[in-house]
Amino acid sequence: MNNGGITRTIKYEGELDHMFADKIASVPGNERLYNCIQCGTCSGTCPLSIYMDYTPRRIIAMTRAGFRDEVLRSFTIWLCASCYSCTAECPKEIRITDIMYALKRCAIQEGVHRRRFPIPILAREFFRLVFRQGRNSEGRLLLRLYLKSNPFLMLKNAILGLRLFGKGRISMRRESIENRQQLKVLLDAVNESDFRESFTAGRQT
Amino acid sequence: MKYLHYPGCSLQSTGRGYKESLTAVFDALDVPIEELRDWNCCGATVYMSIDEHRAFALAARNLALAEQQVNGNGGGEATHLVAPCSACYLALTKARRYVDEYSDVKHKIASALDSADLPFPGQVEVRHPLDIFCHDIGLPAITARVRRPLTELRVACYYGCQIIRPYADFDDQYNPTSMDRLLQALGAETVDWPLKTRCCGGSLTGTVEEVGLRLNYILLKEAIRNGANAIATACPLCQFNLECFQDRISRRFEEQLNLPVVYFTQLMGVGFGLSERELGLKRLFVPLKLDRPETREVAHAVT
Repeated sequence: MNNGGITRTIKYEGELDHMFADKIASVPGNERLYNCIQCGTCSGTCPLSIYMDYTPRRIIAMTRAGFRDEVLRSFTIWLCASCYSCTAECPKEIRITDIMYALKRCAIQEGVHRRRFPIPILAREFFRLVFRQGRNSEGRLLLRLYLKSNPFLMLKNAILGLRLFGKGRISMRRESIENRQQLKVLLDAVNESDFRESFTAGRQT
Repeated sequence: MKYLHYPGCSLQSTGRGYKESLTAVFDALDVPIEELRDWNCCGATVYMSIDEHRAFALAARNLALAEQQVNGNGGGEATHLVAPCSACYLALTKARRYVDEYSDVKHKIASALDSADLPFPGQVEVRHPLDIFCHDIGLPAITARVRRPLTELRVACYYGCQIIRPYADFDDQYNPTSMDRLLQALGAETVDWPLKTRCCGGSLTGTVEEVGLRLNYILLKEAIRNGANAIATACPLCQFNLECFQDRISRRFEEQLNLPVVYFTQLMGVGFGLSERELGLKRLFVPLKLDRPETREVAHAVT
């Protein structure tokens, strides 16, 4: 509804997803989500928090309060480079990096991240390459990343690519394992359906 | 006990110098190590963002292959899987940890391995080369192999994030010193600097460049400010970020940077008197300039 650009700045209780925190906390490694004392050590130690729309401390608070959409659409979860500083420093031993991973997976499964935002695209293309070939081929991965996010970046990075090529540090060869069949059987045998269903079931409309 | 080398994907391309130098250094020390046959991706960082259990399964296949390769016909020889890349090291140790800690993860992974006719790798240990050099081979043996002490180098040892945090126990996660001690044993001086475990941003240089460049600028600048004339790394992504984006960082921050960023194994190889070619030093963008490039025999006291 258009109110002349005026929007409500807070949410009503009924608009929150009260199951969200439980779902995130049920992932192995995330149990201590509820132990957070909001001290902000994570935000202070994070080398990327100055670029985030919500600091890690706020993400924890919002996750617990059920601000599922804001959390899943945030840049924060994708800027997390998994350096584990927060996990190492947290006085309550919360594995914050693992919580970020669970949020990323949730955002990807629901397709709520911003279109053409390169980080989830990188993750997905990496997953596909490895799922099929068993190994990553760096040259091919970068090519796909740029094609699907921002082809302009390919031009921008062409010189770097050529220099790497000249030094024998990148190629377009398809890396692959020999026993792809074994890998397929293995990966097919693992499915995260429980996890996925619990997210989908709790989805609010 | 047997060492198996798990190079991982990056050591096949951007990080080739790491693989070449690691192999050369093990050879020079007469420590046998063979490559894990048909290894697959470790299930690193970005894979974990899509599917955690499959990431654990990828790691588990590598561990299972290691078990098969060493003890395929029975026997119970201790198997150490050597993972030089930080992301691989973390992914493999993390999978081990989660399989041990969570019975449902263990059950899922064990049954998946079983359906793929792979053994459950109960005994395989994941090791980092720094750990092996410092604790298995030992610094006196390293010093005894030195032919060309690295006396002109003042090295900022950059451990980065994922080797020490959060699961490794071979070094202190707040102030690691294994690489410093190792390079000192080769005659180099190491500088004391506060950012040795601060994150380089990983793949951010390729995705959100502005952020990635600044993180690396801060690292380079701080190393220089503390008097370093080279940075030593243990991770292909750290090395790639710090070295290959240096010209871009120089332009962006209007400051000419020209600091060699090398793998600690390459420095070991130089100290052992191995050739540039063997160590992959010709693959560097910013060459490592040495005062005395020629190899020569130098008597060096074992400490």
